[in-house]
Amino acid sequence: MIAFENAAYNYGGGELLSEVSLRLAPGSFHFLTGPSGAGKTTLLKLAYAELLPTAGHVTLFDREVRGLSRDDIAHTRRRIGVVHQDVQFLDHLPLAANVQLPLTVAGKGGDLRDLKDLLSWVGLGHLADALPPTLSGGERQRAALARAVIMDPDVILADEPTGNVDWEMSLRLLTLLVELNRMGKTIVVATHDLNLIRQAKAQVPARVLRISRRRIQLAGADL
Amino acid sequence: MTLPPALRRLMDLGKQADRVVPPSGHTAWLTTFTAGAMTFLCIFALALSLASGRLASRWSDALARTATIRLAAPPDQMQVQTDAILSLLSTTPGVESARALTDEEARHLLEPWFGPDLPVEALPIPRLIEVVEADPGYDGEGLRQRLAAEAPGAVLDDHTRWRRPLAEAAGRLRLLGGLSILLIGATMAAMITLAANASLAANAQVIRVLRLVGARDSYIARAFVRRFTLRALTGAAIGALAGLIGVALLPDADAAGGFLTGLGFTGAGWLLPFLLPPLAAVVAFAATRRAAFQKLRELP
Ligand SMILES: Nc1ncnc2c1ncn2[C@@H]1O[C@H](COP(=O)(O)OP(=O)(O)O)[C@@H](O)[C@H]1O
Ligand SMILES: [Mg+2]
Repeated sequence: MIAFENAAYNYGGGELLSEVSLRLAPGSFHFLTGPSGAGKTTLLKLAYAELLPTAGHVTLFDREVRGLSRDDIAHTRRRIGVVHQDVQFLDHLPLAANVQLPLTVAGKGGDLRDLKDLLSWVGLGHLADALPPTLSGGERQRAALARAVIMDPDVILADEPTGNVDWEMSLRLLTLLVELNRMGKTIVVATHDLNLIRQAKAQVPARVLRISRRRIQLAGADL
Repeated sequence: MTLPPALRRLMDLGKQADRVVPPSGHTAWLTTFTAGAMTFLCIFALALSLASGRLASRWSDALARTATIRLAAPPDQMQVQTDAILSLLSTTPGVESARALTDEEARHLLEPWFGPDLPVEALPIPRLIEVVEADPGYDGEGLRQRLAAEAPGAVLDDHTRWRRPLAEAAGRLRLLGGLSILLIGATMAAMITLAANASLAANAQVIRVLRLVGARDSYIARAFVRRFTLRALTGAAIGALAGLIGVALLPDADAAGGFLTGLGFTGAGWLLPFLLPPLAAVVAFAATRRAAFQKLRELP
């Protein structure tokens, strides 16, 4: 699905990530952790081809990213739902249109009932007509999650989805991600919130990848 | 009005794509205005070009490449001098052929004035020699001097020659008009490119979001292209209308007129201005599309 093979990334000031090799099995649940600035966001960007590795290989759905055209990348992103760390919407369109955006740009008409269901699943059914700038942090995160799953992607990458929401909201988001995993989606959550990881491990067999000194390690079960 | 399904689909897709880019602010009218002004100017350049084209062809048609030599000489000298002139002409560069009109032809020429029974032989009327000019033509002044030496009574009448530079000028004017049209088109393309780039830069955030949710470049470009094409089309339609009204209001041709009053459209020429708005739309389409794809390639 998504595989890294000795991949490295360098923004220009020396390698930030080195010799990263990992393989996301279908239906798996991974946490990606490490101190701030370790390269979690960078690694996720490599995984949806916003960045190309400066060495080694990244393979998305059995295709090497460097061999993908811009259109191929667009099509690949339709199979990978991403909740970005800095969630961004089209501020001039209501929430419902924003959540539906991946369908719209793919030229697919969405079923309005499905959209309603999706919005109520993330608890935003009453905010369908709200403009994004009026939403709270937690609402934005859930809207982003709804947008990430509307294309029914195989993989969901969430970058610090609980970054600026309270604990209660964090648990709520986690529950949504666990539900998605139980539906068979492959999930990767970047976070430095160890409490969240502990909570998750009580619900799903999640594995923890830690970025430490530029390399990726499988963290022990002692978390 | 019913559109073919394929076209309707394209319009619908475009409309849909259009919505994902926020309605642009106060600079939107600049493209419309530019297209309008440029089309307005273009109408006049077109009128100028067409009018000078007409003038050039009328004038060069009028330039029958012939001149006449009138020879007045005592009757006993007439034939000798005629022969001398003809042999002189046969060695003059730029003269294709020359021949003396027969008495019969001379009578025919004079008939309208003097009636059919004119005794040409008995009258001291000048002998006429018709000179057909080659291309390039002869040197008029040089020929005059040589004629004066050979036959003092010969007069070279080449009154149509003075029009040649005018016909050439009209031809150049037409070229200039065409060049102006090209320049106006290029300027419009440049201005629309600038406006499109400004719009793309202002919407960088929107474009980023669209890319991240899996929009293809062509989808994103379409939103901008559609917008700018419609604006250019609207502006150009207004500009063309204004230009046509301007041309229609020019005074009609009258006797004193000449060039300036001929500055309008004639016949099928009236259809040309109607081609300008679609042409402006095509220019806007191409310019915006190019700018959009160039900009998009810089983004991940
Ligand atoms: N576009 C960029 N150009 C240069 N350096 C960057 C860029 N983006 C991130 N970095 C640097 O790379 C490091 C890792 O960033 P990031 O992947 O966001 O880490 P994390 O998500 O783990 O906090 C940081 O030191 C950051 O400053
Ligand atoms: Mg980060």
